[in-house]
Amino acid sequence: MDTVKTRLATVWMGGCSGCHMSFLDLDETLLELAAKVELCYSPIADAKEFPEVDVTLVEGCLANREHLAEIRHIRARTKILIAFGDCAITGNITAIRNSVPLGVVLSTAYGDPRFGQTQGVLPVLLDEAMPLHEAVKVDYYLPGCPPSAEKILDLVGSLLAGEPVNGSKRFG
Amino acid sequence: MRVRTLEIDGQMMTGAPGESIFNVAWNNGIHIPRMCHLGGLTDVGACRLCLVEVEGQSRLLPSCMTPVREGMVVRTNTPALQKHRKLIVELLLAERNHVCAVCVANGACELQDLATSLGVDHVRVRYRHPQCEVDLSHPRFGLDHNRCILCSRCVRVCDEVEGAHNWDIGHRGTNARVISDFGTAWGDSESCTSCGKCVQVCPTGALFSKGASVGEMRKDRSFLKYIVTAREKHQWIR
Ligand code: SF4
Ligand code: SF4
Ligand code: FES
Repeated sequence: MDTVKTRLATVWMGGCSGCHMSFLDLDETLLELAAKVELCYSPIADAKEFPEVDVTLVEGCLANREHLAEIRHIRARTKILIAFGDCAITGNITAIRNSVPLGVVLSTAYGDPRFGQTQGVLPVLLDEAMPLHEAVKVDYYLPGCPPSAEKILDLVGSLLAGEPVNGSKRFG
Repeated sequence: MRVRTLEIDGQMMTGAPGESIFNVAWNNGIHIPRMCHLGGLTDVGACRLCLVEVEGQSRLLPSCMTPVREGMVVRTNTPALQKHRKLIVELLLAERNHVCAVCVANGACELQDLATSLGVDHVRVRYRHPQCEVDLSHPRFGLDHNRCILCSRCVRVCDEVEGAHNWDIGHRGTNARVISDFGTAWGDSESCTSCGKCVQVCPTGALFSKGASVGEMRKDRSFLKYIVTAREKHQWIR
């Protein structure tokens, strides 16, 4: 009899994709994981709409309005939401810009304090990048920049097995 | 000298008159969390992490600043205290800019370790993201105000152990900053002897040796015990 697979999603927001790279570092363990989960939505899977899922790993912080709308949508459709990596947990590198006014950041980088913010081309940046938990409820925090493959497996593995999740062994 | 007998976490202990609750507890294996305290330096009560409950007192007392009294009943690790300490660490992390991933002290930082040991997995208060300076004017050392928690260990070691008194804390509230020689660039200091003691006692990545990259700064505090033992017991022993 087929066991029901856990529906997993991974999301990439204001981060560098390093956390996803670390996830791929699970190498052959990914095959074991694939036997237990169905990857429903991810930068490495072809899906347009965010579906109803059991577990979502969210990499990166909330840096623009699109992220903000998306994370609320995701929260409503996922049972367990994991802040995946330091940017999702603290803002980390992505939030370093917060101590400088947004206009100064944009003019320093692009020579125009409103660059890309008016033409509807790029998502409008939030004045301050923020960690996930400032907008939605987060169930677990998986620290690291990036979290190691072992730590990812530790958390996801415990959730899949229905075992209690070990507390984080470090902050940042 | 009459010793004081008191109860800490249900155990009977004795301490010398004037000795702090903190010291007596640590000497008896009860490790109260702390940040500004460092053995060998005068206590100032700057961080409040060592708060304890003392029976008969309506407020919490910093154990590093509170001398033991006869018959005291002290509790060091109640759920309420754990809750307060957790919040204090979160406030420290939110006050300046702590980006562990790119910090010289990552992996060897007392603030980071304390956050982990108190179960801080995220910061519930909003990060302030202030604009802070980095002083790289000294030829050998750097001061990154983004990582400073104003514990004042640097101020005290420079004054009390090195005898130079290069450091002070200037300004008020959220503008408070560690200052060198009345608020000038560290490299221009006339009092700094470049001994590096401040760098070694700093609990975070705020004071560091130049050349240390992300996660490379390791601190060595053993010199302090050596000097203090020499001074107090006149024994130059390692
Ligand atoms: S000083 Fe410590 S807590 Fe602050 S960023 Fe550096 S490693 Fe992290
Ligand atoms: S520079 Fe370091 S030792 Fe000095 S007050 Fe700041 S955190 Fe403490
Ligand atoms: S260790 Fe007692 S107040 Fe900081």
